Amino acid sequence: MTQLALVIDLNTCVGCHACVTSCKEWNTSGQAGPMVDQNPYAAEPTGTFFNRVQSFEVGTFPNTQTVHFPKSCLHCEDPPCVPVCPTGASYKRPEDGIVLVDYDKCIGCEYCSWACPYGAREIDEQQKVMKKCTLCIDRLYDESLPEAERKPVCVLSCPTSARIYGDIHDPESDASKAISDAGGYQLMPEWGTAPANHYLPRRKVGIAVHAEDLQRVDNPLRKEDRGPRKPTTRTTLDDSTSW
Amino acid sequence: MKPAISVILLTTLVGAGQGLFLAFYSAEWFVLLGILRPALNDYGGQAAALSFLFLALGLVASFFHLGHPERAWRAAAMWRSSWLSREVIALPAAMLLILGYALVKLSALDSIVLVLGESIPISISTVVGFGAVLAICALFVCTAMIYACLKFLRQWHSPLTVLNFLLMGCASGFTLASALASYSQDGRFAYFVGMAVFLTLAALVFRFATLLRNKGLRSPSSLQSAIGVHHPTIRQIAQGAMGGSFNTRAFIHGYGASVVRLARRGFLLLGFVIPLLLLQISDESSILICSLAFVLQYLGLLAERWYFFIEAEHPQNLYYQMIS
Repeated sequence: MTQLALVIDLNTCVGCHACVTSCKEWNTSGQAGPMVDQNPYAAEPTGTFFNRVQSFEVGTFPNTQTVHFPKSCLHCEDPPCVPVCPTGASYKRPEDGIVLVDYDKCIGCEYCSWACPYGAREIDEQQKVMKKCTLCIDRLYDESLPEAERKPVCVLSCPTSARIYGDIHDPESDASKAISDAGGYQLMPEWGTAPANHYLPRRKVGIAVHAEDLQRVDNPLRKEDRGPRKPTTRTTLDDSTSW
Repeated sequence: MKPAISVILLTTLVGAGQGLFLAFYSAEWFVLLGILRPALNDYGGQAAALSFLFLALGLVASFFHLGHPERAWRAAAMWRSSWLSREVIALPAAMLLILGYALVKLSALDSIVLVLGESIPISISTVVGFGAVLAICALFVCTAMIYACLKFLRQWHSPLTVLNFLLMGCASGFTLASALASYSQDGRFAYFVGMAVFLTLAALVFRFATLLRNKGLRSPSSLQSAIGVHHPTIRQIAQGAMGGSFNTRAFIHGYGASVVRLARRGFLLLGFVIPLLLLQISDESSILICSLAFVLQYLGLLAERWYFFIEAEHPQNLYYQMIS
């Protein structure tokens, strides 16, 4: 069983919104049709996005850290939004685990958005159907693209490689290795939805630099007057053997 | 949750319509069993027609909730997994059977088809009505389970939700039946008003119990589990959208505590206490008081359903700390 997913590294995300804009650009001009923008140049711009980056300040000044938190559909392994859909428009693909919405079947009742604890689904105010991240399914299997580009566009656009794409059921994939190496976790595990997308926690990155690393100090052996032994005149093992 | 007006209308109208049918159909059985005296002038057909009208209005209201009402027929497809889909089947089924009952009653078609135990004559309308009762019970369960099945909306995820929908629907239906009985002078007023008082009282008890239960609820989710950063002090500084998003529009009601408190007190008074008092002082000839009791109770139940939405806290609001 394949479960394609994203692993998002909160340690390297710088909150640049490149994933947001590239997602919007790819998906608004792709098969899914336009994603509405309302008042794009006015005071209160709003619209449909599959991916958003939120920012949180953790700690109390001056000991704070800013955590940028990209948020999109998590493609849960047990998605609560799918069984509640009355029309079958919401479904989880058995072959790769991607949760999708069939825009031609969706009646826009919003019930699936009530059933998603993460708020990953958004109604498109123009098309009146429910929309969400498709994991760029129209890229993943497109053989006209070079193989390296058959990935979600947010992954390709991330300048800090904070987004890792792969099959989390394959222990050898980059995504699985990132999860196991860096302690990847799921959001709101208490609801038992088993989100496929994982997040990598903030972690301390650094090396200990001692003064001796920066400035050469005297050889401690010499200091104790125990310098290297003087050359000997006797025949050594090197002289008698030929290796 | 932000209250959805069309859903509030749907659930309250359908509830009252179902209660009204149950009132008249149960009276019919009590007559058959010899517990109630036969009606002086049988308004069962008209009452069923009115019940059908309530359900039809509810169905119309529900269409305003949909982004694509022309595709509504598709909603019957997933009845194996979705309570909403089951409701979409149960509602027209109940409407059809109630309409059938009304037509049989109002036309001259009604005739006795069999006699139960030598003394209880069963007519066509009784059989059709029994089917309607089954559909109504299914509809009550389906309508309530739409809300009760969402496990992380903790205020809804309780058997109390189903019980409340059932009791409040029946209470408003029996109050309406009392008004109809005082209008038609069919001699069943005492039964309807007695049941209306009992059901309204029961609905009040369980609704109040639900309020108490929800007051003590604590969500297992927090901002810490929502983003996976386990620090006691987290402050949101950007929510990923400038002018709001679907998430801020659909899930965050934005009403202040005083409005919510007013709504809670208002629905307890209008939906339960005042109708109880009015029903207590009414008698067989007080059409106006009974009608007023129903109108006020219906308005109160609208407020109750509005509060039902306000009461439910969606975990996705954790991601929108700046406004919620």
